[in-house]
Amino acid sequence: MQFFQFTREQEMLRKAVREFAEAEIAPKAAEWDEKDYCPIELFPKMGEMGITGVFVPEEYGGAGLGHVERAICLEEISKYSAGLGIALMTHHLGLSSILYFGTEEQKKKYLPELAAGTKIAGLAVTEPGGGSDLMGIKSKAEEKDGKWVINGRKCFITNSHIADYNVLVVSIGKDQKGHNLMAAFIIKKGTPGYTPGRKENKFGLRGSVTGDINCVNVTVGSEAMLGGSGDGIKIAMKSIGEVGRAGMAAIGVGILRGCLEEAVKFANERIIYGKPLSKIQSIQFNIAETRLEYESARLLLYHAASMKDENLPCTTEFGMAKWYATEAAVNASKRTMDLMGGYGVINEYPVGRFLRDAQAAIPSGGTTDIQKIIIGRDTINKN
Amino acid sequence: MSYNIAVCIKPVPDPDFYDKITIDPRTKRITRSGIPAVINPADKNAVEAALEIKEKYGGKVTVITMAPPNAEENMREVLAMGADAAYILSDREFGGADTLATSYTLAQGLKKIGPFDIIITGTESADGATTQVPAQLAQWLEIPHLWGVKKIEFINETELKVRAKIEGGSIEYFIKLPALLAVSREINRPRYTTIMGIKGAKKKPLTIYGVKDIDIDLNNIGLKGSPTQAGAVNVPSIDRKCKKLRGEPDEIADLLIRELTAAGIPLE
Repeated sequence: MQFFQFTREQEMLRKAVREFAEAEIAPKAAEWDEKDYCPIELFPKMGEMGITGVFVPEEYGGAGLGHVERAICLEEISKYSAGLGIALMTHHLGLSSILYFGTEEQKKKYLPELAAGTKIAGLAVTEPGGGSDLMGIKSKAEEKDGKWVINGRKCFITNSHIADYNVLVVSIGKDQKGHNLMAAFIIKKGTPGYTPGRKENKFGLRGSVTGDINCVNVTVGSEAMLGGSGDGIKIAMKSIGEVGRAGMAAIGVGILRGCLEEAVKFANERIIYGKPLSKIQSIQFNIAETRLEYESARLLLYHAASMKDENLPCTTEFGMAKWYATEAAVNASKRTMDLMGGYGVINEYPVGRFLRDAQAAIPSGGTTDIQKIIIGRDTINKN
Repeated sequence: MSYNIAVCIKPVPDPDFYDKITIDPRTKRITRSGIPAVINPADKNAVEAALEIKEKYGGKVTVITMAPPNAEENMREVLAMGADAAYILSDREFGGADTLATSYTLAQGLKKIGPFDIIITGTESADGATTQVPAQLAQWLEIPHLWGVKKIEFINETELKVRAKIEGGSIEYFIKLPALLAVSREINRPRYTTIMGIKGAKKKPLTIYGVKDIDIDLNNIGLKGSPTQAGAVNVPSIDRKCKKLRGEPDEIADLLIRELTAAGIPLE
């Protein structure tokens, strides 16, 4: 067992991303939430910083680091804006499917622009029939004259309206046992028949775009297919399980950190009965509970992320991190609002937004119940 | 023409921790334990100015500091911003230096590493704030210097047109290289440290020099080489003064204005 410690470079990276977030994100986060505005203009800036392509190898224009560093970036950004956090995490999710399943040609074609943040990625799996029911996907791709013709509707898709490239997982028919065969296609924004549809008005994680994607006779060549015929489920499961949930866990940890800092700041500044709130034991208890949740979520997240960087199976570990971090973020933001009394419900303070964002993070990437199924089955199979 | 540029850096206590900083009444020095050191904010502007010159005309940017060895972290950060090499002048013998001894030590370090065409510093440090080191350093190096520089233009390869701020305005100077420029905060906005920069910084050279590594007169360094020493330290009381004003609202308002005026607080 090694002492858990970030490397000097990782600490420097955290400081650099924090300084960037303090200058570019913190002053505008409340406005993005209020206006439900996704700051896409920040993507090229995050590209220059190395954030959009943090785990993309240098040969494809990325920073060539790993998923621990990605989690650090998402934690620091989500501390101020979980909305931008999920837009960024979904960009990573989309590009990771190309990075891990694409051909050399596809990687060279798409990754440099995505790593630079001059183009935005997304991954579209969920349909009106459900998100976690992958076998129930109804959108279809049919082969006609050497081309693939895609029809169907995706919903609750993050980055739906802003993604330049969206990876769509659709059915391409049945296998011999009658099970749905799935494939993934990289679709470029503006392809005829491909249109973002309804845009959702969300309760939390505002400042990220969530909506429908409609496909009517969207025709692409076989070079748009990611992986082989029938790889769709594998691509969706691996990407969501090891990149999507990782991102949501990091967002939860970021919100927890935000709660902790807001609570300490308020408790030190607010004078009541002639002394700062922080001198009162019940307030110290409140802060201690949030600290414990933050540290626990952080350990789960960075443990799972370091497993991912070692190429170990980590879907269960990310499931635990995601479940714990997002639920803890809800508890901590409610607890911090309570600590602040009347001030907690004033929108001048960010904790109300933290609560809405934390709650919205629970269904993103699979609800807590879905995580329980994954963890439960894994535990039963291993014991 | 490419330029060999040196930038002088000072690690200072993180301003976020100013409420925790105390002065040891015995040693008259700032108690730094438990307070992280950051790069003096004005020095980041100096690094940015150097990097901009390098990017436009080519050359090399070397950063130098006189500090304890743990300044390595700060120096790696400057290397991550884009500087090419870093030097830390570190030795117990350097301790207790005032601005004269500090500037002498830096000058001897620069002579060893140089020669440099341009030396850039910030105008002042966030902790000491004496503003003396740039001028003293230029004197030791026997080169011209300007302070409060807010704009640098190249007239030709060896001459600069420099705008330096003065109270209520600025003056334009022509200055021949080699020269020292102490840049003001308004000259630029320091770039962010990027992730790629952090990765690259690992491979850049960082050298630590002690007394034995540079040509130095021991009488000019540390406590011995420092003609100025801190005198008595008085900590002013910052307790709130409280005075109750009674009367009708209009009377209280009048009283309040009178009290504030009497206390010397301008109300316009």
